[in-house]
Amino acid sequence: MENLITRYRNVTILVAVLFAQVLGLAVQVKRTSENESTRLIRVWTNDTISPLEKGTVLVHMSLRDLWNNYVNLRGVRQENKQLKDQIQQLRIEQARLSEDATQAHRLQALLGFKEQFVSQTVAAQVIGTSGSEQSRSVYIDKGSRDGLKQDMAVITGDGVVGKVLRVFSGTSQVLLINDQTSGVGAILEKSRLQGVLRGTANGDVVLEKVMSDEPVQPGDKVLTSGGDQIFPKGLPVGSVTRVAPGAELFYKIDVKPTADLSRLEEVLVVTEVKDREPSVADSGPPMRAADILAARLPTVPDKPATDPTKPLTAAPTTPGAQPTSPPASHPTGTAATPGAQNSAAPSSVSSTAQLKSANGSAEPKPVKPAVAQPNASVPAVILKSPKPANLTPSPASSSSGTQTAPAQEQPQGPPQ
Amino acid sequence: MPITYTSNEQIEVYRFSLPVAIIIPLLALAIQAFVPRWLPFFNIVDLPFLVVVFFALARRSQITGLLTGAAIGLLQDSLTNYPLGLYGISNTVVGYGASSLGVKLDVENAGSRFLVTLFFYVVHEFTYFLIARGLVRLDLHWSWWHELGSALANALVAVALFAFLDRFKQRA
Repeated sequence: MENLITRYRNVTILVAVLFAQVLGLAVQVKRTSENESTRLIRVWTNDTISPLEKGTVLVHMSLRDLWNNYVNLRGVRQENKQLKDQIQQLRIEQARLSEDATQAHRLQALLGFKEQFVSQTVAAQVIGTSGSEQSRSVYIDKGSRDGLKQDMAVITGDGVVGKVLRVFSGTSQVLLINDQTSGVGAILEKSRLQGVLRGTANGDVVLEKVMSDEPVQPGDKVLTSGGDQIFPKGLPVGSVTRVAPGAELFYKIDVKPTADLSRLEEVLVVTEVKDREPSVADSGPPMRAADILAARLPTVPDKPATDPTKPLTAAPTTPGAQPTSPPASHPTGTAATPGAQNSAAPSSVSSTAQLKSANGSAEPKPVKPAVAQPNASVPAVILKSPKPANLTPSPASSSSGTQTAPAQEQPQGPPQ
Repeated sequence: MPITYTSNEQIEVYRFSLPVAIIIPLLALAIQAFVPRWLPFFNIVDLPFLVVVFFALARRSQITGLLTGAAIGLLQDSLTNYPLGLYGISNTVVGYGASSLGVKLDVENAGSRFLVTLFFYVVHEFTYFLIARGLVRLDLHWSWWHELGSALANALVAVALFAFLDRFKQRA
Protein backbone atom coordinates (compact mmCIF):
# COMPACT_ATOMS: atom_id res chain seq x y z
CA MET A 1 0.00 0.00 0.00
CA GLU A 2 2.77 2.37 0.95
CA ASN A 3 4.59 1.45 -2.22
CA LEU A 4 1.48 2.18 -4.22
CA ILE A 5 1.08 5.63 -2.71
CA THR A 6 4.74 6.42 -3.28
CA ARG A 7 4.47 5.25 -6.84
CA TYR A 8 1.44 7.36 -7.55
CA ARG A 9 2.40 10.17 -5.23
CA ASN A 10 1.42 13.00 -7.57
CA VAL A 11 -1.94 11.56 -8.42
CA THR A 12 -2.59 10.88 -4.76
CA ILE A 13 -1.86 14.47 -3.86
CA LEU A 14 -4.08 15.66 -6.70
CA VAL A 15 -6.95 13.52 -5.47
CA ALA A 16 -6.38 14.68 -1.88
CA VAL A 17 -6.40 18.36 -2.83
CA LEU A 18 -9.48 17.96 -5.00
CA PHE A 19 -11.25 15.99 -2.31
CA ALA A 20 -10.48 18.65 0.28
CA GLN A 21 -11.89 21.35 -1.95
CA VAL A 22 -15.00 19.36 -2.84
CA LEU A 23 -15.56 18.73 0.84
CA GLY A 24 -15.12 22.41 1.61
CA LEU A 25 -17.52 23.30 -1.18
CA ALA A 26 -20.12 20.84 0.06
CA VAL A 27 -19.87 22.21 3.59
CA GLN A 28 -20.32 25.78 2.36
CA VAL A 29 -23.31 24.90 0.20
CA LYS A 30 -24.98 23.04 3.03
CA ARG A 31 -24.32 25.66 5.68
CA THR A 32 -26.92 28.38 5.87
CA SER A 33 -24.77 31.15 7.34
CA GLU A 34 -21.84 30.83 5.01
CA ASN A 35 -20.29 34.12 6.04
CA GLU A 36 -19.01 33.23 9.43
CA SER A 37 -16.19 30.77 8.85
CA THR A 38 -15.25 31.26 5.21
CA ARG A 39 -14.66 34.93 5.53
CA LEU A 40 -10.98 34.89 6.32
CA ILE A 41 -9.68 34.15 2.84
CA ARG A 42 -12.17 36.60 1.40
CA VAL A 43 -10.96 39.25 3.82
CA TRP A 44 -7.32 38.56 2.97
CA THR A 45 -7.92 38.69 -0.75
CA ASN A 46 -10.03 41.77 -0.44
CA ASP A 47 -7.51 43.55 1.74
CA THR A 48 -4.80 42.75 -0.78
CA ILE A 49 -6.67 43.62 -3.94
CA SER A 50 -8.78 46.59 -2.89
CA PRO A 51 -5.91 49.04 -2.12
CA LEU A 52 -4.67 48.52 -5.67
CA GLU A 53 -8.13 49.13 -7.03
CA LYS A 54 -8.73 52.14 -4.81
CA GLY A 55 -5.39 53.64 -5.83
CA THR A 56 -6.10 53.14 -9.50
CA VAL A 57 -9.55 54.65 -9.18
CA LEU A 58 -8.12 57.61 -7.29
CA VAL A 59 -5.49 58.28 -9.96
CA HIS A 60 -8.06 57.88 -12.70
CA MET A 61 -10.54 60.22 -11.05
CA SER A 62 -7.86 62.82 -10.37
CA LEU A 63 -6.70 62.78 -13.96
CA ARG A 64 -10.26 62.93 -15.22
CA ASP A 65 -11.12 65.84 -12.94
CA LEU A 66 -7.94 67.64 -13.96
CA TRP A 67 -8.85 67.21 -17.60
CA ASN A 68 -12.51 68.10 -17.22
CA ASN A 69 -12.08 71.03 -14.82
CA TYR A 70 -9.01 72.74 -16.20
CA VAL A 71 -8.30 71.61 -19.73
CA ASN A 72 -11.38 70.51 -21.54
CA LEU A 73 -13.54 73.63 -21.11
CA ARG A 74 -14.60 74.03 -24.72
CA GLY A 75 -18.34 74.52 -25.06
CA VAL A 76 -18.85 75.15 -21.37
CA ARG A 77 -20.45 78.56 -21.93
CA GLN A 78 -22.96 77.12 -24.37
CA GLU A 79 -23.64 74.21 -22.06
CA ASN A 80 -24.12 76.62 -19.16
CA LYS A 81 -26.77 78.51 -21.12
CA GLN A 82 -28.55 75.29 -22.01
CA LEU A 83 -28.48 74.18 -18.41
CA LYS A 84 -29.94 77.47 -17.24
CA ASP A 85 -32.79 77.07 -19.70
CA GLN A 86 -33.27 73.55 -18.49
CA ILE A 87 -33.38 74.74 -14.89
CA GLN A 88 -36.17 77.16 -15.77
CA GLN A 89 -38.19 74.38 -17.36
CA LEU A 90 -37.53 72.07 -14.46
CA ARG A 91 -38.65 74.72 -11.99
CA ILE A 92 -42.00 74.93 -13.70
CA GLU A 93 -42.21 71.17 -13.77
CA GLN A 94 -41.19 71.02 -10.13
CA ALA A 95 -43.91 73.44 -9.11
CA ARG A 96 -46.50 71.27 -10.79
CA LEU A 97 -45.14 68.04 -9.35
CA SER A 98 -44.81 69.58 -5.94
CA GLU A 99 -48.46 70.43 -5.97
CA ASP A 100 -49.32 66.88 -7.02
CA ALA A 101 -47.08 65.45 -4.34
CA THR A 102 -48.62 67.65 -1.68
CA GLN A 103 -52.05 66.55 -2.66
CA ALA A 104 -51.08 62.90 -2.73
CA HIS A 105 -49.39 63.30 0.60
CA ARG A 106 -52.48 64.82 2.10
CA LEU A 107 -54.70 62.09 0.76
CA GLN A 108 -52.35 59.46 2.11
CA ALA A 109 -52.51 61.13 5.47
CA LEU A 110 -56.27 61.21 5.40
CA LEU A 111 -56.46 57.56 4.47
CA GLY A 112 -53.92 56.58 7.12
CA PHE A 113 -51.37 55.13 4.69
CA LYS A 114 -47.92 54.48 5.98
CA GLU A 115 -45.26 55.71 3.62
CA GLN A 116 -41.76 54.34 3.33
CA PHE A 117 -38.98 56.68 2.42
CA VAL A 118 -35.23 56.58 2.10
CA SER A 119 -34.01 58.74 4.93
CA GLN A 120 -30.27 58.22 4.72
CA THR A 121 -27.83 57.13 2.05
CA VAL A 122 -24.08 56.80 1.69
CA ALA A 123 -22.48 57.61 -1.65
CA ALA A 124 -19.88 55.10 -2.78
CA GLN A 125 -17.53 54.60 -5.67
CA VAL A 126 -17.38 51.31 -7.56
CA ILE A 127 -13.78 50.14 -7.44
CA GLY A 128 -13.86 46.69 -8.95
CA THR A 129 -15.78 43.65 -10.07
CA SER A 130 -15.70 39.97 -9.22
CA GLY A 131 -13.66 39.38 -12.37
CA SER A 132 -15.81 36.43 -13.31
CA GLU A 133 -18.27 35.92 -16.13
CA GLN A 134 -20.64 33.98 -13.93
CA SER A 135 -20.54 36.03 -10.76
CA ARG A 136 -22.15 39.44 -11.16
CA SER A 137 -21.05 41.52 -8.25
CA VAL A 138 -19.03 44.69 -7.75
CA TYR A 139 -16.93 46.14 -4.98
CA ILE A 140 -17.49 49.62 -3.56
CA ASP A 141 -15.14 51.78 -1.52
CA LYS A 142 -17.31 51.99 1.60
CA GLY A 143 -17.53 49.39 4.31
CA SER A 144 -18.44 48.80 7.93
CA ARG A 145 -16.46 51.89 8.97
CA ASP A 146 -18.97 53.96 6.99
CA GLY A 147 -21.97 52.30 8.59
CA LEU A 148 -22.72 49.79 5.87
CA LYS A 149 -24.31 46.50 6.78
CA GLN A 150 -25.30 43.35 4.98
CA ASP A 151 -28.51 43.43 2.92
CA MET A 152 -28.65 47.19 2.49
CA ALA A 153 -30.13 48.33 -0.82
CA VAL A 154 -27.82 49.86 -3.41
CA ILE A 155 -29.30 52.26 -5.92
CA THR A 156 -28.39 54.92 -8.46
CA GLY A 157 -30.38 57.85 -9.74
CA ASP A 158 -31.71 55.58 -12.47
CA GLY A 159 -32.90 52.76 -10.28
CA VAL A 160 -32.05 49.72 -8.24
CA VAL A 161 -28.58 48.21 -8.61
CA GLY A 162 -28.40 45.46 -6.01
CA LYS A 163 -27.79 44.81 -2.36
CA VAL A 164 -24.79 44.67 -0.06
CA LEU A 165 -23.68 41.06 0.15
CA ARG A 166 -20.52 41.19 2.25
CA VAL A 167 -19.12 44.02 4.29
CA PHE A 168 -15.42 44.46 4.97
CA SER A 169 -13.85 47.25 6.96
CA GLY A 170 -13.23 49.63 4.06
CA THR A 171 -15.00 47.97 1.17
CA SER A 172 -18.18 46.02 0.46
CA GLN A 173 -19.31 43.51 -2.09
CA VAL A 174 -22.56 44.35 -3.86
CA LEU A 175 -24.63 41.62 -5.47
CA LEU A 176 -26.16 42.99 -8.66
CA ILE A 177 -29.76 42.32 -9.56
CA ASN A 178 -28.70 40.44 -12.71
CA ASP A 179 -26.84 37.77 -10.77
CA GLN A 180 -28.67 34.49 -10.76
CA THR A 181 -28.56 34.21 -6.99
CA SER A 182 -30.24 37.58 -6.44
CA GLY A 183 -33.95 38.18 -5.97
CA VAL A 184 -35.94 41.39 -5.73
CA GLY A 185 -39.61 41.74 -4.88
CA ALA A 186 -41.08 43.68 -7.78
CA ILE A 187 -44.39 45.01 -8.98
CA LEU A 188 -45.63 46.10 -12.39
CA GLU A 189 -46.56 49.75 -12.28
CA LYS A 190 -49.70 49.55 -14.42
CA SER A 191 -51.27 46.22 -13.60
CA ARG A 192 -49.92 46.10 -10.00
CA LEU A 193 -49.07 42.42 -10.52
CA GLN A 194 -46.32 41.27 -8.20
CA GLY A 195 -43.42 38.97 -8.93
CA VAL A 196 -39.82 38.15 -8.19
CA LEU A 197 -37.04 39.72 -10.21
CA ARG A 198 -34.12 37.39 -10.85
CA GLY A 199 -30.91 37.34 -12.82
CA THR A 200 -30.15 34.62 -15.32
CA ALA A 201 -27.00 32.70 -16.20
CA ASN A 202 -26.20 35.02 -19.09
CA GLY A 203 -26.76 38.22 -17.11
CA ASP A 204 -30.29 39.08 -18.18
CA VAL A 205 -33.06 40.00 -15.77
CA VAL A 206 -36.42 38.24 -15.69
CA LEU A 207 -39.57 38.78 -13.69
CA GLU A 208 -40.96 35.50 -12.43
CA LYS A 209 -44.05 34.35 -10.57
CA VAL A 210 -46.30 36.91 -12.23
CA MET A 211 -49.81 35.55 -12.62
CA SER A 212 -51.00 35.62 -16.22
CA ASP A 213 -54.53 36.76 -15.41
CA GLU A 214 -53.93 40.32 -16.54
CA PRO A 215 -52.23 41.54 -19.70
CA VAL A 216 -48.65 42.81 -19.47
CA GLN A 217 -47.22 44.90 -22.28
CA PRO A 218 -43.61 45.54 -23.30
CA GLY A 219 -42.63 48.93 -21.96
CA ASP A 220 -44.48 48.55 -18.67
CA LYS A 221 -42.45 49.88 -15.79
CA VAL A 222 -41.26 47.57 -13.02
CA LEU A 223 -40.88 48.93 -9.49
CA THR A 224 -39.77 47.46 -6.20
CA SER A 225 -42.67 46.11 -4.20
CA GLY A 226 -41.02 46.39 -0.80
CA GLY A 227 -42.00 42.83 -0.02
CA ASP A 228 -38.44 41.63 0.31
CA GLN A 229 -37.77 43.96 3.26
CA ILE A 230 -34.54 45.10 1.57
CA PHE A 231 -35.52 47.53 -1.15
CA PRO A 232 -37.87 50.39 -0.26
CA LYS A 233 -41.16 50.31 -2.10
CA GLY A 234 -41.57 52.16 -5.38
CA LEU A 235 -38.00 52.40 -6.63
CA PRO A 236 -37.66 51.97 -10.39
CA VAL A 237 -36.11 48.65 -11.38
CA GLY A 238 -36.60 48.37 -15.13
CA SER A 239 -39.05 48.07 -17.95
CA VAL A 240 -40.60 45.06 -19.62
CA THR A 241 -38.99 44.11 -22.91
CA ARG A 242 -40.68 40.80 -23.71
CA VAL A 243 -43.60 38.84 -22.35
CA ALA A 244 -44.00 35.13 -22.93
CA PRO A 245 -46.20 32.47 -21.39
CA GLY A 246 -44.20 30.65 -18.76
CA ALA A 247 -44.76 27.52 -16.74
CA GLU A 248 -48.24 26.89 -15.33
CA LEU A 249 -50.14 30.12 -14.79
CA PHE A 250 -47.19 32.46 -14.77
CA TYR A 251 -45.70 34.84 -17.30
CA LYS A 252 -42.05 34.82 -18.22
CA ILE A 253 -41.15 38.48 -18.48
CA ASP A 254 -37.82 39.84 -19.65
CA VAL A 255 -36.87 43.11 -17.99
CA LYS A 256 -34.30 45.69 -18.96
CA PRO A 257 -32.84 47.31 -15.83
CA THR A 258 -33.06 51.08 -15.70
CA ALA A 259 -29.57 51.33 -14.23
CA ASP A 260 -26.69 50.41 -16.53
CA LEU A 261 -25.25 47.56 -14.50
CA SER A 262 -22.24 47.07 -16.73
CA ARG A 263 -20.97 50.62 -16.32
CA LEU A 264 -21.52 51.55 -12.71
CA GLU A 265 -19.35 54.28 -11.26
CA GLU A 266 -21.08 55.92 -8.32
CA VAL A 267 -23.86 54.33 -6.30
CA LEU A 268 -25.91 55.15 -3.22
CA VAL A 269 -26.25 52.70 -0.37
CA VAL A 270 -29.52 53.07 1.48
CA THR A 271 -28.47 52.97 5.11
CA GLU A 272 -31.79 53.92 6.62
CA VAL A 273 -35.39 53.50 5.57
CA LYS A 274 -38.18 54.83 7.72
CA ASP A 275 -41.85 54.06 7.87
CA ARG A 276 -43.99 56.99 8.81
CA GLU A 277 -47.54 58.00 8.69
CA PRO A 278 -47.79 61.28 6.86
CA SER A 279 -49.50 64.01 8.81
CA VAL A 280 -51.75 66.63 7.40
CA ALA A 281 -49.68 69.30 9.11
CA ASP A 282 -46.62 68.27 7.10
CA SER A 283 -48.29 68.83 3.82
CA GLY A 284 -48.78 72.54 3.70
CA PRO A 285 -52.03 74.43 4.04
CA PRO A 286 -54.94 72.10 4.67
CA MET A 287 -57.34 71.36 1.88
CA ARG A 288 -60.30 69.08 1.69
CA ALA A 289 -60.10 65.86 -0.27
CA ALA A 290 -63.28 66.85 -2.04
CA ASP A 291 -61.63 70.03 -3.23
CA ILE A 292 -58.59 68.20 -4.46
CA LEU A 293 -60.59 65.69 -6.41
CA ALA A 294 -62.96 68.30 -7.73
CA ALA A 295 -60.04 70.29 -9.02
CA ARG A 296 -58.80 67.22 -10.83
CA LEU A 297 -62.10 66.21 -12.33
CA PRO A 298 -63.06 67.69 -15.69
CA THR A 299 -65.29 70.69 -15.35
CA VAL A 300 -68.83 70.51 -16.61
CA PRO A 301 -69.49 72.75 -19.59
CA ASP A 302 -71.32 75.93 -18.71
CA LYS A 303 -75.02 75.97 -19.29
CA PRO A 304 -77.76 78.11 -17.92
CA ALA A 305 -78.75 77.11 -14.46
CA THR A 306 -82.27 76.05 -13.85
CA ASP A 307 -82.62 78.84 -11.36
CA PRO A 308 -79.94 81.39 -12.03
CA THR A 309 -81.14 83.66 -9.34
CA LYS A 310 -80.39 81.13 -6.59
CA PRO A 311 -77.40 79.21 -7.77
CA LEU A 312 -75.95 78.44 -4.38
CA THR A 313 -78.87 78.08 -2.11
CA ALA A 314 -79.93 74.78 -3.62
CA ALA A 315 -77.36 72.87 -1.66
CA PRO A 316 -78.05 72.87 2.02
CA THR A 317 -75.28 74.48 3.97
CA THR A 318 -76.54 74.40 7.46
CA PRO A 319 -75.13 71.73 9.70
CA GLY A 320 -78.41 70.25 10.60
CA ALA A 321 -79.79 70.01 7.11
CA GLN A 322 -80.80 66.60 5.79
CA PRO A 323 -78.83 65.06 2.98
CA THR A 324 -80.37 65.20 -0.46
CA SER A 325 -79.46 61.61 -1.19
CA PRO A 326 -79.63 58.71 1.23
CA PRO A 327 -76.31 57.75 2.78
CA ALA A 328 -76.72 54.14 1.76
CA SER A 329 -76.22 55.14 -1.84
CA HIS A 330 -72.69 56.18 -1.11
CA PRO A 331 -70.28 53.99 -3.01
CA THR A 332 -67.96 53.50 -0.09
CA GLY A 333 -70.69 52.46 2.20
CA THR A 334 -69.26 54.58 4.98
CA ALA A 335 -71.72 55.85 7.51
CA ALA A 336 -72.38 59.44 6.71
CA THR A 337 -72.92 62.33 9.00
CA PRO A 338 -75.45 64.74 7.64
CA GLY A 339 -73.23 67.73 7.84
CA ALA A 340 -70.40 66.04 6.08
CA GLN A 341 -72.57 64.71 3.34
CA ASN A 342 -73.98 68.11 2.77
CA SER A 343 -70.70 69.87 2.64
CA ALA A 344 -69.49 67.93 -0.34
CA ALA A 345 -71.55 69.60 -2.99
CA PRO A 346 -70.71 73.19 -2.41
CA SER A 347 -67.09 72.51 -1.75
CA SER A 348 -66.51 70.86 -5.08
CA VAL A 349 -68.35 73.63 -6.76
CA SER A 350 -66.34 76.25 -5.03
CA SER A 351 -63.04 74.72 -5.96
CA THR A 352 -64.05 74.45 -9.57
CA ALA A 353 -64.96 78.07 -9.54
CA GLN A 354 -61.71 78.98 -7.84
CA LEU A 355 -59.72 77.02 -10.34
CA LYS A 356 -61.33 78.92 -13.15
CA SER A 357 -60.65 82.19 -11.44
CA ALA A 358 -57.08 81.31 -10.91
CA ASN A 359 -56.75 80.46 -14.57
CA GLY A 360 -57.55 84.00 -15.53
CA SER A 361 -61.31 84.18 -15.69
CA ALA A 362 -62.08 87.57 -14.21
CA GLU A 363 -65.67 87.07 -13.19
CA PRO A 364 -66.86 84.02 -11.35
CA LYS A 365 -69.22 81.85 -13.33
CA PRO A 366 -72.61 81.02 -11.96
CA VAL A 367 -72.30 77.79 -10.11
CA LYS A 368 -74.90 75.09 -10.37
CA PRO A 369 -75.82 72.63 -7.68
CA ALA A 370 -75.98 69.89 -10.27
CA VAL A 371 -72.25 70.13 -10.74
CA ALA A 372 -71.75 68.40 -7.47
CA GLN A 373 -73.62 65.27 -8.47
CA PRO A 374 -70.81 63.53 -10.35
CA ASN A 375 -68.71 63.93 -7.25
CA ALA A 376 -71.11 62.14 -4.99
CA SER A 377 -68.42 59.77 -3.88
CA VAL A 378 -65.88 62.46 -3.17
CA PRO A 379 -66.47 63.05 0.52
CA ALA A 380 -65.60 59.49 1.44
CA VAL A 381 -62.43 60.67 3.03
CA ILE A 382 -64.08 63.45 4.92
CA LEU A 383 -66.65 61.09 6.34
CA LYS A 384 -63.88 59.28 8.15
CA SER A 385 -62.91 62.39 10.02
CA PRO A 386 -62.87 61.82 13.74
CA LYS A 387 -64.40 65.22 14.35
CA PRO A 388 -67.47 65.67 12.22
CA ALA A 389 -68.44 68.65 14.33
CA ASN A 390 -65.67 70.60 12.67
CA LEU A 391 -67.31 70.27 9.32
CA THR A 392 -69.48 73.27 9.96
CA PRO A 393 -69.52 75.55 6.98
CA SER A 394 -68.27 79.02 7.44
CA PRO A 395 -70.83 81.66 8.19
CA ALA A 396 -69.51 83.72 5.33
CA SER A 397 -70.27 81.08 2.79
CA SER A 398 -73.74 80.42 4.03
CA SER A 399 -74.71 84.01 4.37
CA SER A 400 -73.19 85.63 1.34
CA GLY A 401 -73.73 82.74 -1.00
CA THR A 402 -70.24 82.93 -2.53
CA GLN A 403 -68.29 79.79 -1.94
CA THR A 404 -64.82 80.61 -0.75
CA ALA A 405 -62.13 78.30 0.48
CA PRO A 406 -63.77 76.37 3.28
CA ALA A 407 -60.97 76.54 5.77
CA GLN A 408 -63.22 75.74 8.69
CA GLU A 409 -64.36 72.52 7.15
CA GLN A 410 -61.01 70.80 7.47
CA PRO A 411 -60.83 67.63 9.45
CA GLN A 412 -58.77 68.51 12.47
CA GLY A 413 -56.27 66.23 14.04
CA PRO A 414 -54.59 63.09 12.75
CA PRO A 415 -56.44 60.62 10.56
CA GLN A 416 -57.66 57.38 11.99
CA MET B 1 4.95 25.01 -34.89
CA PRO B 2 5.56 21.41 -34.02
CA ILE B 3 4.63 20.03 -30.67
CA THR B 4 7.50 17.63 -30.24
CA TYR B 5 8.04 14.91 -27.73
CA THR B 6 11.13 15.56 -25.68
CA SER B 7 13.02 13.32 -23.35
CA ASN B 8 13.20 14.25 -19.70
CA GLU B 9 16.87 15.02 -20.08
CA GLN B 10 16.15 17.68 -22.70
CA ILE B 11 13.44 19.64 -20.97
CA GLU B 12 14.23 22.85 -19.20
CA VAL B 13 12.81 23.29 -15.71
CA TYR B 14 12.38 26.84 -14.43
CA ARG B 15 11.72 28.39 -11.11
CA PHE B 16 10.58 31.80 -9.98
CA SER B 17 11.68 34.06 -7.19
CA LEU B 18 9.27 34.35 -4.28
CA PRO B 19 8.23 37.95 -4.99
CA VAL B 20 7.44 37.06 -8.60
CA ALA B 21 5.53 33.95 -7.55
CA ILE B 22 3.39 36.08 -5.23
CA ILE B 23 3.07 39.36 -7.09
CA ILE B 24 2.20 38.02 -10.53
CA PRO B 25 -0.87 36.03 -9.41
CA LEU B 26 -2.05 38.93 -7.23
CA LEU B 27 -1.55 41.38 -10.06
CA ALA B 28 -3.47 39.08 -12.38
CA LEU B 29 -6.32 38.95 -9.88
CA ALA B 30 -6.32 42.71 -9.42
CA ILE B 31 -6.38 43.37 -13.17
CA GLN B 32 -9.08 40.74 -13.62
CA ALA B 33 -11.23 42.42 -10.98
CA PHE B 34 -10.53 45.96 -12.06
CA VAL B 35 -10.53 46.14 -15.86
CA PRO B 36 -14.08 44.79 -16.48
CA ARG B 37 -15.37 47.86 -14.67
CA TRP B 38 -14.55 49.85 -17.81
CA LEU B 39 -14.33 47.07 -20.36
CA PRO B 40 -17.07 44.55 -19.58
CA PHE B 41 -16.02 42.26 -22.44
CA PHE B 42 -12.67 41.73 -20.70
CA ASN B 43 -14.48 39.18 -18.54
CA ILE B 44 -13.95 36.53 -21.20
CA VAL B 45 -10.21 36.71 -20.54
CA ASP B 46 -9.24 34.70 -17.47
CA LEU B 47 -5.86 36.05 -16.36
CA PRO B 48 -5.55 33.93 -13.19
CA PHE B 49 -6.13 30.83 -15.30
CA LEU B 50 -3.41 31.93 -17.74
CA VAL B 51 -1.00 32.48 -14.87
CA VAL B 52 -1.72 28.98 -13.57
CA VAL B 53 -1.00 27.51 -17.00
CA PHE B 54 2.19 29.54 -17.35
CA PHE B 55 3.60 28.52 -13.96
CA ALA B 56 2.62 24.89 -14.48
CA LEU B 57 4.25 24.70 -17.91
CA ALA B 58 7.41 26.43 -16.74
CA ARG B 59 7.92 24.52 -13.48
CA ARG B 60 6.94 21.16 -14.92
CA SER B 61 6.17 19.78 -11.50
CA GLN B 62 2.76 18.24 -11.02
CA ILE B 63 2.57 18.88 -7.30
CA THR B 64 3.68 22.48 -7.58
CA GLY B 65 1.32 22.92 -10.52
CA LEU B 66 -1.74 21.65 -8.73
CA LEU B 67 -0.96 23.55 -5.55
CA THR B 68 -0.44 26.78 -7.51
CA GLY B 69 -3.72 26.15 -9.30
CA ALA B 70 -5.54 25.51 -6.04
CA ALA B 71 -4.14 28.63 -4.36
CA ILE B 72 -4.85 30.99 -7.26
CA GLY B 73 -8.25 29.43 -7.83
CA LEU B 74 -9.29 29.88 -4.22
CA LEU B 75 -8.16 33.50 -4.28
CA GLN B 76 -10.19 33.99 -7.44
CA ASP B 77 -13.19 32.38 -5.75
CA SER B 78 -12.91 34.72 -2.83
CA LEU B 79 -13.65 37.69 -5.09
CA THR B 80 -16.91 36.19 -6.34
CA ASN B 81 -20.19 35.77 -4.52
CA TYR B 82 -20.20 31.99 -4.94
CA PRO B 83 -18.83 29.36 -2.56
CA LEU B 84 -15.06 28.91 -2.41
CA GLY B 85 -13.79 26.03 -4.49
CA LEU B 86 -15.35 26.45 -7.92
CA TYR B 87 -12.32 28.07 -9.48
CA GLY B 88 -10.12 26.28 -6.94
CA ILE B 89 -10.99 22.83 -8.23
CA SER B 90 -10.92 23.73 -11.91
CA ASN B 91 -7.56 25.49 -11.61
CA THR B 92 -6.17 22.56 -9.63
CA VAL B 93 -7.08 20.24 -12.48
CA VAL B 94 -5.58 22.67 -15.00
CA GLY B 95 -2.38 23.09 -12.97
CA TYR B 96 -1.90 19.36 -12.70
CA GLY B 97 -2.72 18.72 -16.35
CA ALA B 98 -0.58 21.54 -17.72
CA SER B 99 2.46 20.55 -15.69
CA SER B 100 2.00 16.92 -16.75
CA LEU B 101 1.90 18.02 -20.35
CA GLY B 102 4.83 20.34 -19.84
CA VAL B 103 6.99 17.39 -18.88
CA LYS B 104 6.26 15.61 -22.13
CA LEU B 105 5.95 18.37 -24.71
CA ASP B 106 8.02 21.29 -25.85
CA VAL B 107 5.91 24.19 -24.78
CA GLU B 108 8.39 26.97 -25.33
CA ASN B 109 7.13 28.14 -28.70
CA ALA B 110 4.13 30.28 -29.41
CA GLY B 111 2.22 27.68 -31.42
CA SER B 112 2.31 25.00 -28.77
CA ARG B 113 1.43 27.54 -26.10
CA PHE B 114 -1.57 28.63 -28.14
CA LEU B 115 -2.85 25.07 -28.52
CA VAL B 116 -2.16 24.09 -24.93
CA THR B 117 -4.00 27.14 -23.62
CA LEU B 118 -6.89 26.50 -26.00
CA PHE B 119 -7.22 22.93 -24.78
CA PHE B 120 -6.88 23.67 -21.09
CA TYR B 121 -9.30 26.56 -21.23
CA VAL B 122 -12.01 24.18 -22.44
CA VAL B 123 -11.00 21.72 -19.70
CA HIS B 124 -11.17 24.53 -17.14
CA GLU B 125 -14.60 25.70 -18.25
CA PHE B 126 -15.97 22.18 -18.45
CA THR B 127 -14.74 21.38 -14.95
CA TYR B 128 -16.21 24.62 -13.63
CA PHE B 129 -19.50 23.89 -15.38
CA LEU B 130 -19.71 20.39 -13.89
CA ILE B 131 -18.99 21.56 -10.36
CA ALA B 132 -21.28 24.58 -10.59
CA ARG B 133 -24.15 22.48 -11.89
CA GLY B 134 -23.53 19.36 -9.86
CA LEU B 135 -22.43 20.67 -6.49
CA VAL B 136 -23.60 24.28 -6.24
CA ARG B 137 -26.71 23.94 -8.44
CA LEU B 138 -26.00 27.09 -10.39
CA ASP B 139 -28.08 27.46 -13.51
CA LEU B 140 -25.33 27.58 -16.13
CA HIS B 141 -25.73 26.90 -19.82
CA TRP B 142 -23.00 25.36 -21.91
CA SER B 143 -22.49 27.02 -25.26
CA TRP B 144 -19.78 25.59 -27.49
CA TRP B 145 -19.58 28.75 -29.55
CA HIS B 146 -19.10 30.92 -26.53
CA GLU B 147 -16.56 28.59 -24.96
CA LEU B 148 -14.55 28.20 -28.16
CA GLY B 149 -14.58 31.95 -28.73
CA SER B 150 -13.39 32.57 -25.19
CA ALA B 151 -10.77 29.83 -25.56
CA LEU B 152 -9.44 31.50 -28.72
CA ALA B 153 -9.31 34.89 -27.02
CA ASN B 154 -7.49 33.44 -24.01
CA ALA B 155 -5.06 31.53 -26.20
CA LEU B 156 -4.18 34.70 -28.10
CA VAL B 157 -3.67 36.64 -24.88
CA ALA B 158 -1.63 33.74 -23.52
CA VAL B 159 0.89 33.92 -26.35
CA ALA B 160 1.64 37.57 -25.59
CA LEU B 161 1.43 37.19 -21.83
CA PHE B 162 3.70 34.15 -21.68
CA ALA B 163 6.30 35.94 -23.80
CA PHE B 164 6.25 38.77 -21.28
CA LEU B 165 6.37 36.47 -18.26
CA ASP B 166 9.32 34.55 -19.72
CA ARG B 167 11.50 37.41 -18.50
CA PHE B 168 10.92 36.36 -14.91
CA LYS B 169 11.94 32.75 -15.40
CA GLN B 170 15.10 31.47 -13.77
CA ARG B 171 16.81 28.25 -14.68
CA ALA B 172 16.49 25.69 -11.89
